[in-house]
Amino acid sequence: MDLAFNQAELDFRDEVRAFLRDKLPADMRRRVHLGDHSHFREDIPRWQKILNERGWGAPAWPVEFGGPDWSKTQQFIFEIECALADAPAQLAFGVKMVAPVLMRFGSPEQQQYFLPRILAAEDWWCQGYSEPGSGSDLASLKTKAELDGDHYVVNGQKVWNTLGQFADWIFCLVRTDSSGKPQRGISFLLIDMKTPGISVRPTRLLDGSYEVNEIWFDNVRVPVANRVGDENAGWTYAKYLLGHERTNIAGIGACQRELRRLKQMAAGIERDGRPLLEEAVFATRIVEVELELKALEITNLRVIFAEAQNHAPGPEASILKIRGTEIMQRITELQVEALGARALIAESPGRDLGEDLPRAVEAYLNQRKLTIFGGSNEIQRNIIAQMILQL
Amino acid sequence: MDFSFNDEQQMLLDTTQRFLASAYGFEQRHKLLESEAGWSREIWSQLAELGLLAVDIPEVDGGIGAGPVGVMLVAQATGHGLLLEPFLSSAIIATDAIVRCGSDAQRARWLPALASGERIAVLAHEEAQSGIAIDTITTRATRSGEGWILSGAKSVVYHAPMADMLLVTARDDQGIGLFAVPGDTQGLTRHPLRTVDGQRAADIELENVEVGADARLGADVTAALAEVIDNGIAALCADAFGALERILKATIEYSRSRKQFGVPIGSFQALQHRMADMLIQLEQARSMVYLATSHCRDADPVARRAAVSGAKVLIGKAARFIGQQAVQLHGGMGMTDELDVSHCFKRLLAFELRFGSTDAHLADCRQRLRAA
Ligand SMILES: Cc1cc2nc3c(=O)[nH]c(=O)nc-3n(C[C@H](O)[C@H](O)[C@H](O)COP(=O)(O)OP(=O)(O)OC[C@H]3O[C@@H](n4cnc5c(N)ncnc54)[C@H](O)[C@@H]3O)c2cc1C
Repeated sequence: MDLAFNQAELDFRDEVRAFLRDKLPADMRRRVHLGDHSHFREDIPRWQKILNERGWGAPAWPVEFGGPDWSKTQQFIFEIECALADAPAQLAFGVKMVAPVLMRFGSPEQQQYFLPRILAAEDWWCQGYSEPGSGSDLASLKTKAELDGDHYVVNGQKVWNTLGQFADWIFCLVRTDSSGKPQRGISFLLIDMKTPGISVRPTRLLDGSYEVNEIWFDNVRVPVANRVGDENAGWTYAKYLLGHERTNIAGIGACQRELRRLKQMAAGIERDGRPLLEEAVFATRIVEVELELKALEITNLRVIFAEAQNHAPGPEASILKIRGTEIMQRITELQVEALGARALIAESPGRDLGEDLPRAVEAYLNQRKLTIFGGSNEIQRNIIAQMILQL
Repeated sequence: MDFSFNDEQQMLLDTTQRFLASAYGFEQRHKLLESEAGWSREIWSQLAELGLLAVDIPEVDGGIGAGPVGVMLVAQATGHGLLLEPFLSSAIIATDAIVRCGSDAQRARWLPALASGERIAVLAHEEAQSGIAIDTITTRATRSGEGWILSGAKSVVYHAPMADMLLVTARDDQGIGLFAVPGDTQGLTRHPLRTVDGQRAADIELENVEVGADARLGADVTAALAEVIDNGIAALCADAFGALERILKATIEYSRSRKQFGVPIGSFQALQHRMADMLIQLEQARSMVYLATSHCRDADPVARRAAVSGAKVLIGKAARFIGQQAVQLHGGMGMTDELDVSHCFKRLLAFELRFGSTDAHLADCRQRLRAA
């Protein structure tokens, strides 16, 4: 047993670091550092294009589709280094979600058209799964697609579409059969957001941000050619997607970045004449979360190792998701606590209050979502109970 | 021992609840939140008409003198209503500061205007670096002829933008002084803030602010001000408790009506146990509100501080747990600003951090720890 990266992996890490040093634009890095989301629309495609020029636009894709042919360990290192360098997160919906489904189940035409466009950031994708009545119980979804010649006519409503306001395309689960078991009557459609009949309305979140939307479909005509795989087999594809790309679900890199920031904050903030970092209670809280994070990093590497031994990623991903999201939420809490009552400042027109106001409190509020989406932590615990504990 | 409320106390609670239920619905409050000023003078006048701005003014000064229990019940209702108006800041804390520290003339001059809602006052005490102990402030007062010159800065003073008068604490050779400074005094700058819980506050700068001899309330107010603030924290605890009750009730109701997998999510045992834990913490919080209320006027600082800091700690922890779990149990809906839950959640976050964080009060409790 050896927990350390081997020389080739360390060399790879250095290569990634050098690339980030040279190619990550300073303005973008700064915005990510400040938690400033105002340039998402430009920054995300811009960064994707820079990655793609280097051949790193899709770390997990196989070479035949333009991927770099990295091992899971390399992907893990890449994700951590990007996060630590304050690089924008890649938009998961294209590169990590719809693309793997297309590679496995899409038609050659779909693959040839969409995959290069995803790599080159020509299309912005969003995910249309959840509905007002269907969250955790996704299979109960009702948005209906009825065949009319060589088109489906789609009617219904999706909710919580992350960054759907910028989207060119949405991948949707729709109901094509209501007769049998709910899971059996679902199809996977790719829908052009410019199609007549689609309307998008913003949902304001508790931190005042606008990152999710409601999307209505009113007699939206979608070519049958935009269905992925077979009719009524969409649930299988969605589940395939869930079992895929979960290597970095723990978000170790982002946690490490925010932990680093927490420590820097605690070193710079004085209470009773000495840095918070030296105050026994607060220092203890930091150490506790740091230990959890260290353990999770190793747990994550163990999952990666098992995968490399051809052990398909299974319910262990739930452990990574639960602990990773809890750690991130804990770090955001501690950042707020470090700031004390000043953390309460949400807005102060015309004044520069430093890097952490109101970034820290906005992050605290916003990151409450981590334990709700992507399969809520309650659902993940159910999975652990059923699949791992066999209860 | 008696945990019941007398008729007068019950009436205060009913009056406040009834008024807020009719005048302060989600939509009405939302309009205020989004408005330029962030509060309503009309609501303020109505609170005054109901006598609620005089609850903490002794009868000898023309008030209701409802005592700590009366204040607790009203604050619980304003917390439940997520009131944006400066009830706690002006009608409790600043009012109490004038009652305790002011001369007869000062009380006669200011208290009626505060009770009638014509004037609003706030205590400007906390600084970016100050702690729970009153004498950790650095704002200074220096003699200048008959009067004083104040210099320093105050941090996140709730409701300062709408205040006619700021009660500023500052240190001099005698200890801690309290000075009444009109909002438009030269040298005083209010940098307006919107706080996370949608309230209005200000960072305050005092640059050679000149005030007259009659601006000073009392001499060294260190001890009196500690009482004022403990009384204020007790009321703030009651306010938080009101928000806790509301957010838990909303969560339980939501878990009954929200269906997934063909059943109400409240039928899942994992969530039932979570809500049971939330209820336990709510009841523990209620007990601590009673404890703080019973001791917040104790002249003996040891018993008073133990009760008030203890309450702030336990209710702070309940605020964290119940607030976060309420959002979690609402799923995506908990993340929007369209339901009660996120607004209560943010009010509870503010509670945790105001007037000394949970950790700061925990440290205060630690100092009193003895072997027996
Ligand atoms: C910020 C944000 C972004 C999102 N982005 C997207 C997106 O881009 N695309 C998309 O399709 N969706 C998105 N979602 C939706 C997300 O996937 C759902 O919120 C999630 O599936 C939970 O569903 P729900 O909100 O309906 O909550 P519900 O399913 O109603 O759950 C409410 C509560 O009940 C609990 N619960 C439910 N079932 C059980 C059970 N069996 N046992 C125990 N507890 C249970 C849940 O854990 C939760 O605490 C997003 C959500 C958020 C908050």
